[in-house]
Amino acid sequence: MAENTEAKIGVFVCHCGTNIAGSLDVKAVAEYAKTLPNVAFAADYQYMCSTPGQNMIKEAIAEHKLTGIVVAACSPRLHEPTFRIATKEGGVNMFRFEMANIREQNSWVHMHGMHDEATAKAKDQVRMAVAKAKYLEDLVPKSVPVEKAAMVVGGGVGGIQASLDLASAGIKTYLVEKAESIGGRMSQLDKTFPTLDCSQCILAPKMVDAGRHPNIELLSLHEVENVEGYIGNFDVTLRKKARGVMTPVEAAAKGIVGGGCNGCGDCTAVCPVVKPNAFEFGMAPRKAIYINHPQVVPLIYTVDFNACVKCGLCVEACGTKKAIDLDMVDEFRTVKVGTVILATGYDYIPIEEKKEWGYKRHENVIHSLEFERLICASGPTGGHLVRPSDGATPKSVGFVLCAGSRDNTGGVAKAYCSRFCCMYSLKHAHQIMEKIEGCTAYIFYMDIRSFGKAYEEFYYRIQNEGCKFIRGRVANILEDPETKNLHVFAEDTLLGRPADFELDLVVLAAAIQPIEGANPLRKKFGVSASADGWMLEAHPKLNPCGTTTAGVFLAGVCQGPKDIPDTVAQAEGAASAASIPIHVGQVELEPYFAQCMDELCAGCGMCVNLCPYSALALTEKNGRTVMQVTEAKCKGCGTCGGFCPGGAIKMQHFTTPQIVAQIDAYLMGGQ
Amino acid sequence: MSDEWNPKIQAIICNWCSYAGADLAGGARIQYPPDVRAVRVMCTGRVDMLFILKAFVDGADGVLVSGCHFGDCHYLEGNFKAAKRMFMVKSLMKNIGLDDKRFRMTFVSASEGAKWGMVMTDVISKVRELGPSPIKEFQK
Repeated sequence: MAENTEAKIGVFVCHCGTNIAGSLDVKAVAEYAKTLPNVAFAADYQYMCSTPGQNMIKEAIAEHKLTGIVVAACSPRLHEPTFRIATKEGGVNMFRFEMANIREQNSWVHMHGMHDEATAKAKDQVRMAVAKAKYLEDLVPKSVPVEKAAMVVGGGVGGIQASLDLASAGIKTYLVEKAESIGGRMSQLDKTFPTLDCSQCILAPKMVDAGRHPNIELLSLHEVENVEGYIGNFDVTLRKKARGVMTPVEAAAKGIVGGGCNGCGDCTAVCPVVKPNAFEFGMAPRKAIYINHPQVVPLIYTVDFNACVKCGLCVEACGTKKAIDLDMVDEFRTVKVGTVILATGYDYIPIEEKKEWGYKRHENVIHSLEFERLICASGPTGGHLVRPSDGATPKSVGFVLCAGSRDNTGGVAKAYCSRFCCMYSLKHAHQIMEKIEGCTAYIFYMDIRSFGKAYEEFYYRIQNEGCKFIRGRVANILEDPETKNLHVFAEDTLLGRPADFELDLVVLAAAIQPIEGANPLRKKFGVSASADGWMLEAHPKLNPCGTTTAGVFLAGVCQGPKDIPDTVAQAEGAASAASIPIHVGQVELEPYFAQCMDELCAGCGMCVNLCPYSALALTEKNGRTVMQVTEAKCKGCGTCGGFCPGGAIKMQHFTTPQIVAQIDAYLMGGQ
Repeated sequence: MSDEWNPKIQAIICNWCSYAGADLAGGARIQYPPDVRAVRVMCTGRVDMLFILKAFVDGADGVLVSGCHFGDCHYLEGNFKAAKRMFMVKSLMKNIGLDDKRFRMTFVSASEGAKWGMVMTDVISKVRELGPSPIKEFQK
């Protein structure tokens, strides 16, 4: 691992069009590189990542017998893989490549009147990269087999689609859903824009398919408890929450012939406990043993143990099926999967905290999902829209758009656009005008964002149907204490005057946010969050389904607000990406493993406790106690190597001499 | 070289958060002074105290270690273990009479490009206020 004084290093400086060359003197950097020790060749080129640019590397390796390559260009997070392949194709080990990031961390951040300083910095960066390159060694990527199974976390339309795609590609898929049934938010919707398809009608077949697909193991009422391992070999521990009711399979396993829940509902008929149904946002009752709606998948009843008084009437009613076990407890199981897709979806912000709109204070202010349930034929009112205060049919309904979205006032408000509220509010306006004769819809908006295919046409259609559009944010909503009518105050910015509308019902198009529990879940998988709280994709344009954890992918709203078509599209993309390592059968891991240099190791064992992956252990070798690394467990963080008091741990590709060479080159080298 | 003194600041930053945040600052064209050179490591847990001390011995006017926020470490808790070590660096610096404000550990996530720009500007201006490192004088 010593310095290779015989090294012949080639330095390639990229213009990146004018991205780099516009801010610093690329030719001067290349000329400077030629003066550095061990640099056998240096050149600049317009686009190093292009085919001619990569060929330059290969030709220079052949011509100058290069042993190491340095490319000064963009970030290694973008093009390191590209140039590693070029290096490998040129006949040099791909880990003898080092990158100097003179774009993201130089030309783009020192743009105006900093030409000389940026050029000097680029020279330093190249010098540091060359210094490291002298110490680089041949490494072999570690190839590991990939378990031929995948997991999808979240059973909304995104998770269902991803599971169906994976399963249809022949991959065993675990679909993990924390609720009693799959279906997610889409199962609560009445109709979908702009086609006005019945939501449940297009979703239910997919739910049923997911429930009976031979390659899908549907795990409802399950949550991810713990994650270990890496791409190809994730060990995911699941908590199976006590359902209180056995499936036919579980019953058969217990030797109950012909037993288990068949969804007959005899139990719920006799249950004496009545609770509000959360699926209907409390607008309908359910029993302590329940299903949320008739189309649930799996069709298995669930006992709400917080409400159950354990009277045993349901057990009697169930009879010989013996499906109900009121003493059931949570169970744990660990499954091994090769890749994982997170599709955890969204929730509304607690819109009651935007006090000016009076949600939960004024009876006739509801949010859009409550509206969906009220207008839905299978909802608590059978599809007859009523005012919560008196059950009367509203004759005027206001829709408040951007209720907490595109709002920089802080608190629960979100700066981002929730993306689908404009469209569903247009749909709501259409629905009430269609269903209730003489009912007028008022939409209070900032901009109508009808960006999708056939969305703008839908917007015009609703305009022509007579919906009233008031361009202005709603400042305040007050309730008439006697009639419970609502006074909506807004500034009509098109007419340039304040407006006061007396309406029967107001629907808030509340902003969305990640579901509760999304944060702990993403941390278990090592997935980062964006500044706005949604899960962070590996690259916003070129890798929108991937994450920084290899083998973990994102689908749907958990990555950022999107409507159903976009969610399904991303789910199919994520499923495709997640199936690739499984079909290839193996993945190559970067060999950044820790290695113990036995002659320096004193066997103190401090590193063993530092390792977060239990990859290190003490062992006897030649009569001495030394540390030993299990490469399969090591992820290459280097926490052991950063601490070892004897300097006995070598972190491959980030060795102490390599890092110190960079520090020395910056601070002691140069002009 | 001009007579004007410009600080030399060594940064050691983790691949997953701060390096990505620095890249994001570039993508957003957030401008900051050019006096920092970064070394990329996979995790701040890799940062040996000796790297920081070596940088000061080599003549660095300031050193910055930057990683993920606590709880967001790509390797679970490498940043936490690094942070504990960094207190030792600070106390060591005080013992030898080197102003410990020359060394800093920050936490910048992959989505905090703007914060990276602010950290850069702030670190550089603080080191400028402190002036050249006295270690250079001892070494003359």
